[in-house]
Amino acid sequence: MISAVALQMVCIAGLLGLAVLAIALSRSKVATTVIYGATLAVSAIALISAARSLLGGAGATALVLPVGLPWLGAHFRLDSLASFFLIVINLGGASASLYGLGYGHHDPAPHRVLPFFPAFLAGMNLVVLADDAFSYLLCWEFMSLASWALVMAHHREAGNARAGYVYLVMASFGTLALLLAFGLLAGPAGDYGFAAIRAAQHTPSSATLVLILMLLGAGSKAGLVPLHVWLPLAHPAAPSHVSALMSGVMTKVAVYGFIRVMFDLLGQPSWPAGAIVLFLGSITAVMGILYALMEKDLKRLLAYSTIENIGIVFVSLGLAMAFQANGLKAAAALAFTAALFHALNHSFFKSLLFFGAGAVLNATGERNMDKLGGLIHRMPFTSFAVLVGCVAISALPPFNGFVSEWLIFQAVLLSPELPQWALKIMVPAVGAMLALAAALAAACFVKAYGVTFLGRPRDAAAAGAHEVDRFSLAAMFILAALCLLAGILPGLAIDALAPVATQMLGSRMPAQAGQPWLSIVPIAESRSSYNGLLVMAFITATASLAVYVIHRLASHALRRGPAWGCGFSDATPAAQYSSVSFAQPIRRVFGTLVFHARDHVTMPPPGDLRPARLRIELHDPVWSTIYAPIADTVGFLSARLNRLQFLTIRRYLSLVFATLVTLLLVLAIWS
Amino acid sequence: MVVISDIIVQGVQMLLVLLLAPLLTGYVRKIKARLLRRQGASLFQPYRDLLRLMRKEVVLADNASWLFRVTPYITFAAIWVAAALVPTFATGLLFNWTADLIAIVALLGSARFFLALAGMDVGTSFGGIGSSREVMIAALAEPAMLLIVFCLALVAGSTQLSTVSHFLASSYVGLRVSLGMALVALFMVAIAENARIPVDNPATHLELTMVHEAMILEYSGRHLAMIELGAFLKLLLYVSLIACVFFPWQIALYGSGALSYTIGAGAYIVKLALAGFLLALFETATAKMRVFRVPQFLGAALMLGLLGTLLLFVSRSF
Repeated sequence: MISAVALQMVCIAGLLGLAVLAIALSRSKVATTVIYGATLAVSAIALISAARSLLGGAGATALVLPVGLPWLGAHFRLDSLASFFLIVINLGGASASLYGLGYGHHDPAPHRVLPFFPAFLAGMNLVVLADDAFSYLLCWEFMSLASWALVMAHHREAGNARAGYVYLVMASFGTLALLLAFGLLAGPAGDYGFAAIRAAQHTPSSATLVLILMLLGAGSKAGLVPLHVWLPLAHPAAPSHVSALMSGVMTKVAVYGFIRVMFDLLGQPSWPAGAIVLFLGSITAVMGILYALMEKDLKRLLAYSTIENIGIVFVSLGLAMAFQANGLKAAAALAFTAALFHALNHSFFKSLLFFGAGAVLNATGERNMDKLGGLIHRMPFTSFAVLVGCVAISALPPFNGFVSEWLIFQAVLLSPELPQWALKIMVPAVGAMLALAAALAAACFVKAYGVTFLGRPRDAAAAGAHEVDRFSLAAMFILAALCLLAGILPGLAIDALAPVATQMLGSRMPAQAGQPWLSIVPIAESRSSYNGLLVMAFITATASLAVYVIHRLASHALRRGPAWGCGFSDATPAAQYSSVSFAQPIRRVFGTLVFHARDHVTMPPPGDLRPARLRIELHDPVWSTIYAPIADTVGFLSARLNRLQFLTIRRYLSLVFATLVTLLLVLAIWS
Repeated sequence: MVVISDIIVQGVQMLLVLLLAPLLTGYVRKIKARLLRRQGASLFQPYRDLLRLMRKEVVLADNASWLFRVTPYITFAAIWVAAALVPTFATGLLFNWTADLIAIVALLGSARFFLALAGMDVGTSFGGIGSSREVMIAALAEPAMLLIVFCLALVAGSTQLSTVSHFLASSYVGLRVSLGMALVALFMVAIAENARIPVDNPATHLELTMVHEAMILEYSGRHLAMIELGAFLKLLLYVSLIACVFFPWQIALYGSGALSYTIGAGAYIVKLALAGFLLALFETATAKMRVFRVPQFLGAALMLGLLGTLLLFVSRSF
């Protein structure tokens, strides 16, 4: 019997082998089926193994491979935190592979996707298992590069090259920050093993620096505002099942890195650190969803919504840090469990929604919602699965998104126990921001679903859409079922997360298994409780009762007729509400504040038959205040340095001489 | 035996809210008519309207999908379940631990989500305008509601409505500025959520001013009856919520005898009548505001909730 970590490493080796096989098979017709099928099998084995090691309660298992730094080797370790994230990764990987079995056949250039797909999965698995800073960073870079290659799979499509470039720059920047963070953690002795880092004492100043560097490094991968700029460009550029992996899973790997360093390696967090994370998280949540509301590209909307959900996860982690710093163990365990649960839930519904967007893209060739519409008639199964995803992501009962957000609100409501005034005042405001984000998310997904799937088709492509293949549908329906299951049986998930909380915080949420009727009770029953199963049962029962009574007593007559148009029924489908017009009230209320949104209407004079035009002006505050100045400075400096290219040999030599003298002088003064 | 009596109390409560809801709406309409010196329709007109709608045929738009047809039942069920979880005349209902106040608000959110989707289903501009405005109002009302919940949870140490009500009814809380602010904020949120004047006008069908009515413009027959009944229930829910949290006088505490249940029921009717009268008075005295004034109205509710919460912190620390 091999140990759990060894089994995981075998699975990863299998994935890497598949990547090589994919190169060998690149021109073959069976490549798509073989690679996705094998990836599905390997991911399923890894998933089951990870689930067993999380639920089985077995202790951590470690493995040292004789690669990497000569005196260190490559350390890998599987503990409960790693097991949980392996479940997220491999569940996402398995569902994306299943989806790919159908979707991959429509790919115009499969040889650009197939080798990198298993490699990307392997990279994410490796990051979670790595147990020393060197392997961690190496695997992190491997994951980034594999995903970059997938972003560039369709490199000839407009905008994708830019997306890849921005992603590469931001990923390098993030890794640089991580490199410095691990350098600080390793201390002057330079011991890169996580066990040594864990045992070492970290001064408050270095802990603060590590926090900032981790927020830059892991935060840029996760998509924290203002480091999110690459995410809405890169995630949608990849093929849809890869987008699902990047949004649903890779952001979670970044969350894993943050948790590993802040909760595990650094030891006891401090409350100002929690306050910083809370602040950034709440800004990210609200900004992310506001961006999403302004968007009319379906996949970019989903990518922005990922930013929102990452913000929610970080709010919860910030709460856990604040509670932990003050020794409020039960509250910290609640907030931490809620963060992990939300991360899991987000991986379910975001993968589902990206699969749905892929199905729409496949059926219509269109990502612009304002050219879609009426797909509920032509793609009935896809539209049902996506509806489940939309309800779940909007945090509505009885689905899973609501449960994790409810748990976070319960943690927010415990904030009066915190002794610091800054936190006391901040947390209710953060709670209001979370509620705002949740309500805006509901608005956003009413828009996304309503414009894409409901109404009348706005374009010939949407009118001629067809249902997608069985594999894609199976992947979507499995995830939709998981969304419902996690929503009505949250107690099981909370209990499964208990070992992770125990490992990271030394405390856990009360066991939910013994609660009557499978309800969940985060603190005490007199305080709050929720029972998704009963809510579901009640809604089903009352709805069935209503249907029964109505069909027994009321008239059955039904007539189809044209829609009521107030006397002008002949409107074209273009007269429907589009995504731009749907967002207009919210753009006017929030957009003027955040994006300086302006609507310009050009109305031709009476008698002129030209159509009126509406132009919307939006300014991205993050681009204009942070990135544009940086890009301008870099441009300015490189233009100046450009002169160095056109010097004579004499001047070059004197330049070399001057540099040498300066350096020697500096050295002399230094020593 | 205890379980049976609990089930009876719960069942009575569910039926009570269902039966009373149209009456409350009819009563508010009657008072409004009287305040305008009109005779007004009978108190029981909403019941007649519902029966009439149920007997009529449904006219569906040509491209209405299955979602359009199931939405009335889903919204009705979600609102009814939410209404059944708010204590009316007695605390300690059988299933009150199923969902706390946050979950009740979210259940109403589910109902609104589906209704907004149904507004987009047929593909007319009216549905779209209604849906987009409805979600804008909801986006502002929900944070305000959460801060109210926060305020209550700070005072009562719970988000469980029955516990909150029990706590406020049985122990001496006294007059608190924070609770007053929360009450005003909850009233404003309730006005917005129920599409009453000044946020929306339940009586108008002028498309440029309407929000809720525009969203359900395509509904007819039994579907419209379900949606109307859901709207009646929602009004009753908010009135019950305000009554059980801020005015829990004479509410029957869990496990008390039949007499106190009777008194509780009587007191509940009186509270409903009073609240309905005040609502009608308020609606008659104010004019409907422009849609883009609504954010200021709800922003005030949000600020009141936040202020109330912060005041609680301040008062606790001294």
